[in-house]
Amino acid sequence: MASRETDANGTRVLRAALTLAAAVAAAVVLLALVHDATRERVASSERARRAAAFDRVLGGIDYDNDLLADRIEVRDPELLGTDASVPVYRARLAGRPVAVIIESVAPDGYSGSIRLLVGVAPDGRLLGVRALQHRETPGLGDAIEERRSDWIRSFDGRSLGDPPPGRWKVRKDGGDFDQLTGATVTPRAVVAAVRNTLLFVERQGAALFEPMPTANG
Amino acid sequence: MDARSIVANGLTTQNPGLVQLLGLCPLLAVSTTVAYGLGLGLATIAVLLISNTLAALIGRWLLPEIRIAVFVVVIAAAVTAVELTLAAWLPAIHAGLGIFLPLIVTNCLVLARAESFASRNALWPAMLDALAMGAGFMLVLLALGASRELLGHGSVGAGLDDVLGAAWSATRIDVFPERHGLLLVLLPPGAFILLGLMLAARNRAAQRTQLRRSPAIALGDSRA
Repeated sequence: MASRETDANGTRVLRAALTLAAAVAAAVVLLALVHDATRERVASSERARRAAAFDRVLGGIDYDNDLLADRIEVRDPELLGTDASVPVYRARLAGRPVAVIIESVAPDGYSGSIRLLVGVAPDGRLLGVRALQHRETPGLGDAIEERRSDWIRSFDGRSLGDPPPGRWKVRKDGGDFDQLTGATVTPRAVVAAVRNTLLFVERQGAALFEPMPTANG
Repeated sequence: MDARSIVANGLTTQNPGLVQLLGLCPLLAVSTTVAYGLGLGLATIAVLLISNTLAALIGRWLLPEIRIAVFVVVIAAAVTAVELTLAAWLPAIHAGLGIFLPLIVTNCLVLARAESFASRNALWPAMLDALAMGAGFMLVLLALGASRELLGHGSVGAGLDDVLGAAWSATRIDVFPERHGLLLVLLPPGAFILLGLMLAARNRAAQRTQLRRSPAIALGDSRA
């Protein structure tokens, strides 16, 4: 009768729900285990990638301190592209500041934010820029990666006066920087972010190299 | 189903990219070079294997109404686990595949095989089906990747070292300078057009084969 069918139906629904819950629970446990097992290695390979990227954005200049240890956190949502605090690594040679590396962000990429590593000399000259992390279109926007194309090297040696302020844009917008084949939004975002980072460095000036690390760096 | 028909299904008669038309989103999005096609193809085969194996093992114990939901959970978990494992132990391959790994979750081919084949068959046929369907998908990826890279970038084989290792960095062939390339084929509309042409060619070939084998049936002659 009606009530017995409803009961059987109810049991079936309950069984289905419990099975799904069990599957989700199993997946959660599996992923927690995998995440735990891989966390250290992923973190260390991330550190290695960052260290290798540091070398490339410093353009081969000499330094003798521990970059990873000599860092401060800064915050400038307007110029650094993120509300979160941004790490700044200072490179020194015999105590003298020789470069600063900023992990700024281009928030207006084609598919979200692009994390950049920008190396700047104390005189405001760009030593190098690299894309750390992005989700731009494979084959188009991902040409900002060094392994895909030379485009990112077009920032080497530039500064706020070179090109002049009005020309710190992609060619399509009346500036001096090439865009990429089939991708304008991505290079536009990166050019703007690099320019803003240079502005930030100029405004902060020597303060970026303070305070000196307390331990012997 | 016997092994031969499973393989034939995956590679030709039920080819995911040209017949079933499944997984078009990742197919069209990342098939811009041979290397990308290869990377996505290999990663898809790996995920298909895991997913079909699990579906074959647990499928028969699932009530029909939640089977698909459970498979979605399984596939997403498998892809995430594979991604984390690669990031930890094979970081070079993980960096090379990059965005392709998460993209596999959007490929409805994986869910389709789990639901319509793997969960209703034994373990070995399910695994063979995974390999066959994955290979069929990869064939289309490679064909599209080669034509789009050639017409759009003017090269063939750029970036293979990202997927296969440093030894392959020299295999690139540059046919003509990139600035003479046809931008359209690198963008989604061009991918659709090229895929459409491949579909038309495939359909024509299939029609001809059908005509040769049984003309009456092919021509719709009801007297046969």
